Amino acid sequence: MKRHRAITIGLATGALLISACGTAGDGAGGEVLVSAASSLTEAFAEMEAAFETVNPEFDVVLNIGGSSALREQILAGAPVDVFASANTSNMDLVVDAGDVDGELAIFARNRLEIAVPSGNPAGVTGLTDFARDELLIGLCAEDVPCGDYGRQVLQNAGVTPNVDTEEPNVRALLTKVEAGELDAGIVYATDVASTDGGVDGVAVPDDDNVHADYPIAVLADAPNADGAEAFVAFVLSDEGRSILADHGFGLP
Amino acid sequence: MTKQATSRDRRKRRPPVVLVVLAALGLSVFVVPLLGLLARTPWRDLPTVLTSDVVLDALRISVIASLGATAISAILGVPLAWVLARVEFRGRSIVRGLVVLPLVLPPVVGGAALLFALGRRGLIGEPLNQMTGLVLPFSTWGVVIAATFVAMPFLVITVEGGLRNLDPRYEGAAATLGAGRWTVLWRVTLPMIGSSLAAGLALTWARALGEFGATITFAGNLQGRTQTLPLAVFVAMESDRGAAVALSLIMVVISLTVLIVLRHRWWGAI
Repeated sequence: MKRHRAITIGLATGALLISACGTAGDGAGGEVLVSAASSLTEAFAEMEAAFETVNPEFDVVLNIGGSSALREQILAGAPVDVFASANTSNMDLVVDAGDVDGELAIFARNRLEIAVPSGNPAGVTGLTDFARDELLIGLCAEDVPCGDYGRQVLQNAGVTPNVDTEEPNVRALLTKVEAGELDAGIVYATDVASTDGGVDGVAVPDDDNVHADYPIAVLADAPNADGAEAFVAFVLSDEGRSILADHGFGLP
Repeated sequence: MTKQATSRDRRKRRPPVVLVVLAALGLSVFVVPLLGLLARTPWRDLPTVLTSDVVLDALRISVIASLGATAISAILGVPLAWVLARVEFRGRSIVRGLVVLPLVLPPVVGGAALLFALGRRGLIGEPLNQMTGLVLPFSTWGVVIAATFVAMPFLVITVEGGLRNLDPRYEGAAATLGAGRWTVLWRVTLPMIGSSLAAGLALTWARALGEFGATITFAGNLQGRTQTLPLAVFVAMESDRGAAVALSLIMVVISLTVLIVLRHRWWGAI
């Protein structure tokens, strides 16, 4: 349910964000709009619930999407309070635009993994299978962090992939692998874990793998700066860290 | 007397101010976004962007998909409209509801439904794949099917409307004069609903050209195979905003041109 709600919110964002402006931030409490990368879907849903238990005066609203799409919304002036990106390059573009006031914090780390449909019907054993023409292969689009990382991993392995689709975010890719429509895709290790057996994971060797750093920041124009800082502090706290660890994220 | 009459006529002819203001606001809903687009258009880079591989590939796929969807809609949609307009049967209102459902359904839901039905593991897709080796998702055919799903209702409802407004006595007269059923259909019915048919085809084509949600969900996104203009815009929004704006501009120009050229028929039917 949580996941569906988050996705719905993500889809409606373009229209909603513009009109939601100015409702939050009256004194302590109120709505905190958190734009978070798709790979954080479950972890941040739990984070939201735990944060609101401790701070009932705040109402966290999650805006989930590909980090590059979230970045564009922020650059276009969406009234977002917190940005949690799946890579540093999207965050850097926001910082460069002067949209971040305080400092960045790396709050989580992730690894890449090959996702295959449950039971691995195509017999995928590693990155070299991504060059096989007869398989249906998916990657994230180039500007989405998982797409950038995925291509790095393939390059490290010296594999030129035979790609059949470039999905707009990691969860769209994961869904198509889970449905059995794609034979393999490169996603985060945490995504494979999140499906509870809906997909199987094939490990990417350490030599080829990359570390995905997840930065988080309070935005300069945050309508609810107090709420934003409280939420970021919670993510970086022991309780926040243990939630991230539960979902398979590495901790810096 | 005469003077009074003229002034009353004039007043009658002048539209109420409130209506004009509201109408202008209504128009601004359509015009303001276009102005935003024009303001951001990188005019100097336009020739380079418009002749890039991404744009030409997307244009090609969009032309194939929108014309393919319109053709399939014409072949299947006109008979469907005819049955709905002329044949009394139980459950006709349910069938009509099913036909217009894609108009109100979010396209992404349509795309997911298509994936579960026609995907490699889908209800029909799986046996189809086993028998023929055909895989519809991630193929240009998939793009055509997604576009047909969202666009065909426009053809069916427009043509059905035209058929219901057609006086059946014309067809009756032709039949009395010895014309067979096919002759009546080709020589009387279809020509007489010509304007509805043209409007339906134009709307269908326009909807197919703009299709996004069902396409990316069902057919995926790959340059040169499944990436249509709307998908290319979506991807470019996150990487190269100038290209996104240029692509959007092409879509506006193409759509507007076609709709203006067809406007006489359009007004005639709706």
